[in-house]
Amino acid sequence: MASIWLFGPNVDTDQIVPGRYAPYMTSEAELGKYPFIEARPEFRTQVRAGDVIVAGPNFGCGSSREYAPRALVAVGIAAIIAPSFARIFYRNALNLGLRLFVADLTLALSDREQAVLDLETPALIAHGETFALPKPPDWVRQTWAEGGIIGYYRRHGQLPLVESTAPTQENSR
Amino acid sequence: MPDTSHTAAPSADSTTRASVHRAPTLAERILSHAAGREVRAGDLVIVPVDRCMSHDSITPEVIDALQNDLGNAGPADPDLLVVVMDHVAPAATVATANAQARVRRWVAEQRIQRFYDVGCGVCHQVMLEEHLVQPGQIALGTDSHATSYGAIGAFGTGVGTRDMALALASGRTWLRVPETLRVNVRGGFHPGVSPKDLSLFLCGLLGLDGADYMAVEFHGLDWLDLDGRETLASMTTELGAKVGLIPPSGVVLERFAVPDWLLVDDAGAPHYARTLDVDLTALESQVSVPPEVDHVRPARDLGDIKVDQVFIGTCTNGRLTDLHAAAAILARQHLAPGVRMLVIPASHNVLQAAVADGTLATLLAAGATIGTPGCGPCIGRHLGVIGAGEVCLSTANRNFRGRMGDPEGLIYLASPETAAASALTGVITDPATLPNREV
Repeated sequence: MASIWLFGPNVDTDQIVPGRYAPYMTSEAELGKYPFIEARPEFRTQVRAGDVIVAGPNFGCGSSREYAPRALVAVGIAAIIAPSFARIFYRNALNLGLRLFVADLTLALSDREQAVLDLETPALIAHGETFALPKPPDWVRQTWAEGGIIGYYRRHGQLPLVESTAPTQENSR
Repeated sequence: MPDTSHTAAPSADSTTRASVHRAPTLAERILSHAAGREVRAGDLVIVPVDRCMSHDSITPEVIDALQNDLGNAGPADPDLLVVVMDHVAPAATVATANAQARVRRWVAEQRIQRFYDVGCGVCHQVMLEEHLVQPGQIALGTDSHATSYGAIGAFGTGVGTRDMALALASGRTWLRVPETLRVNVRGGFHPGVSPKDLSLFLCGLLGLDGADYMAVEFHGLDWLDLDGRETLASMTTELGAKVGLIPPSGVVLERFAVPDWLLVDDAGAPHYARTLDVDLTALESQVSVPPEVDHVRPARDLGDIKVDQVFIGTCTNGRLTDLHAAAAILARQHLAPGVRMLVIPASHNVLQAAVADGTLATLLAAGATIGTPGCGPCIGRHLGVIGAGEVCLSTANRNFRGRMGDPEGLIYLASPETAAASALTGVITDPATLPNREV
């Protein structure tokens, strides 16, 4: 079972990892100690691998710091579900293989509720209800499967996406 | 309040792909040129990157990604990369000193010529001053305010560590062609009002995600100086924008080589997802109230908010024009009792110019102190972080909780004019309300 960590709108990267806790200031090995260290201090002590963040719009706004999503990967966050993501955070998360789903479940779920994340369907199941999650494009799924963009690039010698002129899905940005 | 009539409301299907037969927006024009085919909003492209910029805070991670994950010792082309030491400059701790020493060794080993060490200035200012990015180019930076390069009509955008490492290994990156939000500016600024006020006004109007994933394209600013263009372009990041573009005109045409294909023919009716009209003659000084950049109010409506520290600097407002504006207000005056004022020029060149023309003497006489050109306390690491309960009025770009020091410190954002006026009175002050002054 995953625990749901509920957040509001506009969670900025300074809340996720303040700049003074960057690996540059501390060390990469310590990164897992710092997610939400000031915004929500109980997070880093109570979070468990496989937990899911459910947040309001514009999650990850602000800085381009990849160590913000990297810190969430370090503690084992399985997915982040929000109605929208800030664009650099979206790219950084994708590049790290961190699953993001564009959906608004903030009113459907409560904080620290237990849930099951079904990455295949994909869906989130909580209090007997199944909440469908949007299916990402194939190239996003392939990137996830390789553990991120660098894993994909190393295996295939190219970027995962196919250049397109067709309308693209909302979360392929 | 400025008039912001929406001449084109967002269409119900604004994500529908605009026809390639329609004239391109500036972002579409640049990405079409780079991709070698006509592309429009919503398309995915893989494009060559003309320039990469990485600063001291992220370069160690980029080296790790290149060496440990990609098996490359360094960039495929050392001339692609610019490295600037600005985020903790000079080093404040043993950890940052060691990380910087490692970056210097790597830069030497990899024969990276374009290395700008401590004191050269904020990365984006160095990029533009040294003409390390050119109009029409695609430039990636390991910093969200790489949007600054839109000031000269370059497609500058922020990326994280892995995107930077891949761009350095392959010379390419992928981008989704953004929709464009067009801002038509009419009129000019009142005395004491400046581009930062326009940026903050737009943040208040549109919100932190008002241009998420989008390009912002400004029109009606042919008369604006380069410093002001940099402020406007960089602050589009606070709207969530991918890029903030000002079509090359005026001073940019004088100082930069602008390719013909970039010069915009406005007659072709590009597809804009949204268009705003802003009348600058109705714009007054704006202040962003913590803890979010889009909590914006006119300075005169704030009441008496006492300030402990005033900070003038950063890639947003640390340029010569900004220091001139502050000096004009502080000339033959002195800081209010209990106020400390930090001035951190955006670059060594700005610092030298401010020394040469007497601006620095004016600011020092008023009681200000000067820091090493670089990011200063903007990211809360050194050189003027604030304590719990303290109020800083800053010309930087973000006021998130804990951004600049203790999470219980409060960061208000404003123009250099408002910062100087507030340093004089000790409370947040609209410069237009200063008695008997020509501001």
